[in-house]
Amino acid sequence: MEPAVLLIQLLNALQYGLLLFLVASGLTLIFGIMGIINLAHGSFYMIGAYMAFTLSSLTGSLAVAMVLGVVLSVLLGLFLEWALFSHLYRRDHLEQVLLTYGLILIFEELRSLIVGNDVHGVPVPEMFKASIALGETMTYPVYRLVMSGVCLLLAAGMYVLIQRTRLGMMIRAGASNREMVEVLGINVNLVFRLVFALGVALAAFAGMLAAPVSSVYPGMGQQVLIICFVVVVIGGIGSVWGALVAALLIGLVDTFGKVVAPEFAGVAVYLLMAVILLWRPEGLFRRA
Amino acid sequence: MAEVVLETRGLTRRFGGLAACDGVAIAVADNGLHALLGPNGAGKSTLINLLSGDLAPSAGSIVYRGTEISHFPPDRRSRLGMGRSYQKTNIFPAFTVYENCRLAAQSRHPRPFAVFADAGADAPTRGRAERGLELAGLAGRAERIAGVLSHGEQRQLEIAMVLATEPRLLLLDEPLAGMGAEESSRMVELLQRLAADHAILLVEHDMDAVFALADTITVMVNGRVLASGAPEAIRANDDVQRAYLGHGEDELG
Amino acid sequence: MLRRLALPVVALALVATFPLAGATFYTELVTKIMIMSIFALSLDLLVGYTGLVSFGHAAYFGVGAYTLAMLTPKAAAAGLWATLGAAVLVAAACAFVVGLFVLRTRGIYFIMVTLAFAQMFYFIFHDTKFGGGSDGRYINIKPDASIAGFVPFDLDRPLQAYYVVLAALVLVFLGLRLVLRSPLGRALQGIRANEQRMRSLGYPVFAYKLASFTLAGALAGLAGYLAAAQFGFVNPEILSWHQSGNVLLMVILGGSATPYGPIVGAFALTLLQEFFSSLTTHWQLWFGATIVLLVLFLPGGLGHLVRRVRRSLSGAGGDG
Repeated sequence: MEPAVLLIQLLNALQYGLLLFLVASGLTLIFGIMGIINLAHGSFYMIGAYMAFTLSSLTGSLAVAMVLGVVLSVLLGLFLEWALFSHLYRRDHLEQVLLTYGLILIFEELRSLIVGNDVHGVPVPEMFKASIALGETMTYPVYRLVMSGVCLLLAAGMYVLIQRTRLGMMIRAGASNREMVEVLGINVNLVFRLVFALGVALAAFAGMLAAPVSSVYPGMGQQVLIICFVVVVIGGIGSVWGALVAALLIGLVDTFGKVVAPEFAGVAVYLLMAVILLWRPEGLFRRA
Repeated sequence: MAEVVLETRGLTRRFGGLAACDGVAIAVADNGLHALLGPNGAGKSTLINLLSGDLAPSAGSIVYRGTEISHFPPDRRSRLGMGRSYQKTNIFPAFTVYENCRLAAQSRHPRPFAVFADAGADAPTRGRAERGLELAGLAGRAERIAGVLSHGEQRQLEIAMVLATEPRLLLLDEPLAGMGAEESSRMVELLQRLAADHAILLVEHDMDAVFALADTITVMVNGRVLASGAPEAIRANDDVQRAYLGHGEDELG
Repeated sequence: MLRRLALPVVALALVATFPLAGATFYTELVTKIMIMSIFALSLDLLVGYTGLVSFGHAAYFGVGAYTLAMLTPKAAAAGLWATLGAAVLVAAACAFVVGLFVLRTRGIYFIMVTLAFAQMFYFIFHDTKFGGGSDGRYINIKPDASIAGFVPFDLDRPLQAYYVVLAALVLVFLGLRLVLRSPLGRALQGIRANEQRMRSLGYPVFAYKLASFTLAGALAGLAGYLAAAQFGFVNPEILSWHQSGNVLLMVILGGSATPYGPIVGAFALTLLQEFFSSLTTHWQLWFGATIVLLVLFLPGGLGHLVRRVRRSLSGAGGDG
């Protein structure tokens, strides 16, 4: 493989992996901190993408659409946690699985009713439409580099939030001993509501970010969800660091898999998961 | 000289930087009651967990009847004849007392994957279960749901279940835990009867019971064995006295 | 004991005489529901009695169905007994292999990895030409049940197919009852109740879970075979996680770990879906909302609700 082509595939793998990380980190945070498995997490990704489409058509600017979209998804997250998810904390996983499965159906049909089932494209913002040159003949879209950059920034931001702020401390404390934290006067319900809203916003934002590249189509939520499960299984539940490593691994396997054996690319990721399961059944970085 | 049924050499278990068990060497005789004493945090429960297979050792070896079993899983050790009871009652609360024992006894069924036999009809299994119940004094409570039993009766069930597996060696983790005076004396009686024809390794805090029952006592402090021997020797041992009397007599365990 | 059997016997009589009164459409609908009942019963062995929540059970259903499709020649009938045996064996083998991997995990991981492995099967059938790709495959002629010249039944006739499936359902139901009171079955229930204790009592827990997973997979393969034989067509969607979610819903809705729960759930869910889809094309919205409400307010499913009603009606003692 030519070095330029190799570089392009690596950059693609990085971009896909980082985007996956953004979505998966929300999933693993919500599970690790609140003990809730949310099958509808992929739907937030889909909702984000469709919001990017409708809002950017309305306002003419993807950037404005993204800002609005993030605000809306935070509100959606706060509402959902208050109305539904706060009732799920003490329930067993099976009930959470079924309830959130029902949510997927609701979200899919609502989208169908409100926006329809068509596939849409979202134009790349003007300032990122260029491509930079790689070697003699190849170029690479600037927007994809921007995507990776934004994801990295958000990842760094999450690290700072969780490890270095008071809110992060409360989140980590609430996760390991809820009653104690409540006794100390901290409103755990509020903390959990915020974490949930954060998770929703991350997934939705990832969808918005990805929209110009992957286009906006009905099945995108479910597709990303299952891969996110694989990310979490490989990385270890509750470990954001694990999610990053796993997502990048999957980005590599998937991207190069498509190049080497396109028919089996879909299966390659699951084979990777199977191998990791043999070696480390609780993921690469299980939580202590 | 009684044969040794279980012995350990240099048995160590670390959690991060802390060695909960450090180079422990004990030998349990094939018959009689061997007690493990020590203050809280001495490593007694860790040792029992290492012996039963619930924890894997960081170093050292465990030899049971001549076989090196340090890395055997708990179920394999049980099938070899090691039975273990838990400090925190570990039964099947939703099943009847009888079913608890029957399920324990069934583990010795020659065809464990039998699909068409009626599990409840197997005579040897029933026999083992009934004997376990009788030995533990629960024969009259067989039809009760285990979850509604009193704490003391549940501890008895703990023992009954282990007995139903017909073990050679019994690892008992604080069988008297949380029991009132009457229940305790019944349990002590049971242990006395069992010690006559079983090998028992017992972790307990009740000093009176231990000194009355034990043929051998091992004292542990901070993960290490401090002294081991007959009860009178232990009582007279200077190190033991210092380790315990230094903290006051009522803090012995 | 007789009182307990009264309701099921009446129900069985109704189901047995039903097709003589109804139109072919309803006969075929109930046939489909009975096939799903077998599927749900197989899953309940895992979920209700071994405590393993699998979100990928459709994989073995699909493997059973595809085995028939791939063994059926384009213009002739396949032998029923041979292909049935093959379907069940292949489904069991797949479940065995997958079980070796997934049973190393527990709890939430288990749910996720069973889903992921089912997706792997889905991609194999969807992306590659192995099973005909996303177009699926037709079974042009239904399998032929002849044994040495004698033809016991003809699956082409809806009425006969109905009774064949009913017989299969009764056999599976009784077979599972037998298994559950066998040493294996009791051990599985013990594992569900307290896995650690079972291990310390000497049970090789992994082997038992694998046995349960394999048996459940085999029965799912049987259900898939019958579904393919009845419908005459297979495509990757029968392996989709919607199918896995559906059958899990049936088990929960009907009441897991109850004898008739999965069957009740299969009937209830299918009829619910038929009802909603006759109202609007966006029926999944109402269906999803119903699921959400049911989980929030009726976590024990219909089976447990029925139990509670019977108990309060009869005072003490009546059980489901």
